[in-house]
Amino acid sequence: MTQDIMQILPEILLAGFAIVALMAGAYGGQDKIAQPILWVTSAVMVALALLVASGSGPAVEAFGGMFINDGFARFAKVVILLSAACVLMMSESYMQRRGLLRFEYPILVALSVVGMMMMVSAGDLMALYMGLELQSLALYVIAALRRDSVKSTEAGLKYFVLGALSSGLLLYGASLIYGYAGTTLFSGIITTVQAGETSLGMLFGIVFLISGMAFKISAVPFHMWTPDVYEGAPTPITAFFATAPKVAAMALFARVLHDAFGNAVSDWQQIIALLSVLSMFLGAIAAIGQTNIKRLMAFSSIAHMGYALMGLAAGTAFGVQAMLVYMAIYVTMNVGIFSFILLMEKDGAPVVEISALNMYSKNHPGRALALMVLMFSLAGVPPFLGFFGKLYVWRAALDAGLVWLVVASAVASAIGAYYYLRIVFFMYFGEDRADALDRSRSTVLSGFLMASAVIMVVGIINMFGVEGVAATAAATLVQ
Amino acid sequence: MENNLLSIVLFMPAFAALILAVFLRGEDEAAQRNAKWLALITTTVTFVMSIFVYLEFDPSNTGFQMIDEAEWLLGLSYRVGVDGISILFVMLTTFMMPLVIAASWDVKIRVKEYMIAFLVLETLMIGVFVSLDLILFYLFFEASLIPMFLIIGIWGGANRIYASFKFFLYTFFGSVLMLVAMVAMIADAGTTCIGGCPVSLLTHQFGSESFSLMGFQVVGGVQTLMFLAFFASFAVKMPMWPVHTWLPDAHVQAPTAGSVVLAAILLKMGGYGFLRFSLPMFPVGAEVVGPLILWLSAIAIVYTSLVALVQDDMKKLIAYSSVAHMGFVTMGIFSTNQQGLDGAIFQMISHGFISGALFLAVGVIYDRMHTREIDAYGGLVNRMPVYAMIFMLFTMANVGLPGTSGFVGEFLTLLAVFQVNTWVAAVAATGVILSAAYALWLYRRVVMGDLIKESLKSIGDMTAREKWIFAPLVVMTLLLGVYPALILDVTGPSVAALVAQYDTAVAAADAAMQTALTSN
Repeated sequence: MTQDIMQILPEILLAGFAIVALMAGAYGGQDKIAQPILWVTSAVMVALALLVASGSGPAVEAFGGMFINDGFARFAKVVILLSAACVLMMSESYMQRRGLLRFEYPILVALSVVGMMMMVSAGDLMALYMGLELQSLALYVIAALRRDSVKSTEAGLKYFVLGALSSGLLLYGASLIYGYAGTTLFSGIITTVQAGETSLGMLFGIVFLISGMAFKISAVPFHMWTPDVYEGAPTPITAFFATAPKVAAMALFARVLHDAFGNAVSDWQQIIALLSVLSMFLGAIAAIGQTNIKRLMAFSSIAHMGYALMGLAAGTAFGVQAMLVYMAIYVTMNVGIFSFILLMEKDGAPVVEISALNMYSKNHPGRALALMVLMFSLAGVPPFLGFFGKLYVWRAALDAGLVWLVVASAVASAIGAYYYLRIVFFMYFGEDRADALDRSRSTVLSGFLMASAVIMVVGIINMFGVEGVAATAAATLVQ
Repeated sequence: MENNLLSIVLFMPAFAALILAVFLRGEDEAAQRNAKWLALITTTVTFVMSIFVYLEFDPSNTGFQMIDEAEWLLGLSYRVGVDGISILFVMLTTFMMPLVIAASWDVKIRVKEYMIAFLVLETLMIGVFVSLDLILFYLFFEASLIPMFLIIGIWGGANRIYASFKFFLYTFFGSVLMLVAMVAMIADAGTTCIGGCPVSLLTHQFGSESFSLMGFQVVGGVQTLMFLAFFASFAVKMPMWPVHTWLPDAHVQAPTAGSVVLAAILLKMGGYGFLRFSLPMFPVGAEVVGPLILWLSAIAIVYTSLVALVQDDMKKLIAYSSVAHMGFVTMGIFSTNQQGLDGAIFQMISHGFISGALFLAVGVIYDRMHTREIDAYGGLVNRMPVYAMIFMLFTMANVGLPGTSGFVGEFLTLLAVFQVNTWVAAVAATGVILSAAYALWLYRRVVMGDLIKESLKSIGDMTAREKWIFAPLVVMTLLLGVYPALILDVTGPSVAALVAQYDTAVAAADAAMQTALTSN
C-alpha cells in the first residue's frame, strides 16, 4: 500500500494543496488572498514538475494496475505542470485588473491538473474516466468564470453540454469494451484484442472511446465547441485550454491506444488518420476568414492537433515520440502567443481584433519580432522549432506507410501558412494608424513571449535534450 | 582551422546581423550610418573570405571539399562543403552582396532592419549552396523566404502586399511537397547526408521499378514521383513557365536591392537544386520527365520573350527576360550532357551579373524620377552619357552578344540541346532573336532619341558611388565573355563526373527494364 501511495504522491500532494488552499481562501480572507494563492499554486506546480522529472526507472503499476507510473506519464506530467504554472503566472495581472482574480481560480486550475495527471497515468477505463471528469468539471467552471459576461457563460454552458455528450460517448464505448473484454484494465484488454480478430462490438467500443477523446483534443468532427469557448472565455483561461488539457488528452489518447489496443493498430489507424487529416484541413481553411485572434488560435490549435495525431496514427514508438515532441513544442509556442494576446490592450481594455496590430512593429520592434518568429514557427517554416515538430510527425507517418496522409498534411500546411502570414503582414506592412495599442510594461508577459521566441530559435541546436527524453518516454509506452 | 573556413563564411553575415539587432539603438542619422557601414564591411569581408575558399579549392577533385561537420538532433548532422558545382554559386552570392548593400545607401526607412534582413538573407543563401545535409538544405532553402517576404513587404512598392504574399505562398507550396519527398528519401536511404560520407544520398540508388498507382502506370517508379516533388519546388523557384507568374509581381514591387538579390541569386537556387538533387539522385525520373521539361523551357523562352515585348514597366520587362534566360538554364540541364550542364551553370552565373546590373540600372533612374514607366523616359543619353554606356553594355550582354558572358551560356546550352532534340533547339534559338528585339527596343525608348520630356531636363548622370557599384559587374561580364574558362575549368571535372554517373544509372535502369521484359 505504501508502495502504491509513493507512486501517486505528486497527485496527492497537489490535491492536498488544493484542499488546504480552498480552506485558506474560504476562511481566511476570500479574494484578498487570491494573489498569494495563485503564486503559491504555480510554485507548487513547478516544484512538483521537478519532483516528477527527477523520477526514473521502469514502469510501475499501482493499485492493481489502475495507476501506471512510467516514463511516458512522467514526460506528459512535466509538460502539463509546467504549462499550467506558466499560464497561472501569465494570468495574474490580467485577472487582477479586471476583478476576475477569485481565489477559486488557481484552485480550480490545480484540481483540473490533478485530473490531467490521473488521465495520463490511467491504467484502467474507470481511472481514465475519473481523471477525465475531474479535469473537465474544473474546466467547465473556469470557462464561465466571468459570470457577468454573456459570452463567457455561453462558453461555459456550451462546453459543459457538449463535454457531457462526449463523456457519454466515452462511457458507452467503455461499457462496450468491458462487455467484450470482460475487464476494464488496459493490461487485461490488450490480451483479448488482437489485430484482425477484433469483434464487432469491441470495434464499436473503440470507435466510441476514440470519439470521446477526440472531443477533448478538439479534433474534427468533434471540434465545434472550440472556437466559441476560446472566444468567450477570458483570455488567460483560453491560454490554459490551449495548453495543458490538450497535452493531457493527447497523452491519454496515446495511452489508451497503445496500452489497451496496441495489438490492433490496423483497426484504429485509419480512424486516427482520418481525424488527423480532417483537423488539419478544417483548421487551415476555417482560420483564413477570422478577424479575432482568439478564434484564429482556436482553429490553429485544431490544425495542430491534426499534426500531432499524425504521430499517433503511425502506431509506432517513434510516432509516440514524435507526438510528444510536437506537443511540447506546441505548448511552448502557445504560451508565447497567448502572452502576446494578453499584452494586446488599448486604454486598458483587451483587444482581440487582428487589425489592431497595424504597424505594431513600429512601436514595439522587439515584441513584433518575437511574435513573428512564433508565427513562422506555428506555420512550420524553417529554421524555427515548429518546423522540426512537423518533420518528426511526417517522418513517423512515412515510416508507417501513411504517404497519403503526409502529402495531405503538406498541402494543409501550405494553406495554413496564409493566416499566420497575415498577422506578420499587419504588424509589418500595414498602414500607420493613430490608435496604436497601449505600451504595456508587463515584464512577466514580455518575458514569456521573448523566452518562447528564443526557444524557437535556439532550440534547433539540440532541442534542450527533449528529443532523448521523449524517446525514452515513448519506449516505455510502446514495447 | 581550414575546415572551419566555410562555416565562417556562412555565419559571418548572420553574426553581424545579430550584433546590429542587439547593440544598435536609435533611428538617428548616426545609427543609420553605422548600420550601413557594418553591413558593407561584413559583406566585403565575407567576400574576401570566400576568395580564400576559392583559392583553397581544388577543381580536379570531383568530390566535396572543405567539409565541416557536427552532430545535430533527429539523427541529422550539420555538414557543409563545396564541390565544383556549388563553389561558384557561393562566390556569386558573396560577390553580389556588397554591391547590393552599396546600392541601398539611400534607404531611409528602417535602415537597421533593412540591413539585418539582407545580412540574414546572405547567410541563408550561402547555406543553400554549401549544405551537405538534406534537411539543413531545406532549412536554408525555406528560411530564405522569410527575409525576402519582409524585404518586399516592408520596403516594396505600392502593390507590395499582394506581391509578397504571392511570392511566399507560391514558393512555400512548392517546397512542402519537396519536403515530403525528402522525408521519403530519408526513410528509403536511411541517411540525410547528401554527399561526402560513406552512405550518402548521391550514391544511393532509389527504386526505379515502374508500378501502377490508381490505374496509372508510373514509369520510373519512386524516382519519378520524387523527381516530380522536387520539380514542384525548383520549377517555382527557377521559375519555369507556367509557374513563373509570381516573379514579375515580386520584382516590380521589391526595392531595387531586393530585385537584384532575387534575380541574381535566389533564382539560382532552383537551378542549383536541379543539379544537386534532381539529376544525380533521380536519373531515371529525370530521363522520364526530361523531354517534357525541354519543351517547357522552349515555350518559356519564346512565350516570355513575347510577353516582355509588350511590357511598359522596365522592371517587369527585365523580369520576363529573366524567365526566358532561366529557360536556357533548364534546357541546358535537361540535355544532360557536358555542354548542357556547363552551359547552364555558366548561364546562371552570368545571368546573375547581367540581370543584377540591369535591375541596378533601372534603380539608378528610378531613384531620380520615381517611375519605372518606359514612356516616362527617352533621350537619356543627352544628360547621362556614362549611364547610357553602361546600360548599353548590359543590354548587349542580355541579348547574348559575343564577347559578353551572356553569349557563352546561351551558345553552350543551344549546342547541347541540339544534340538531344533539334526541334527544341530550333524553337529556343528564335528566343535569341526575340531577346534582341525587346532589349534593344527598351534601350531605344529609354536612352536614345532627343530629350524632349520636361521632367528629364535636369536629370544628373551617375554618381561616383553608382559607378563603383557597376565597375565590378562590367569587369566580370566582359572577363567571362572573353575568358569563359574561368568558370568552365572549375565546373568541368565535377560536371563530367555527374554526367558519367547519370549515364550509368540510366543505362543500368534501361538494362534492368530490358531483362524484365525478356523474362516476362
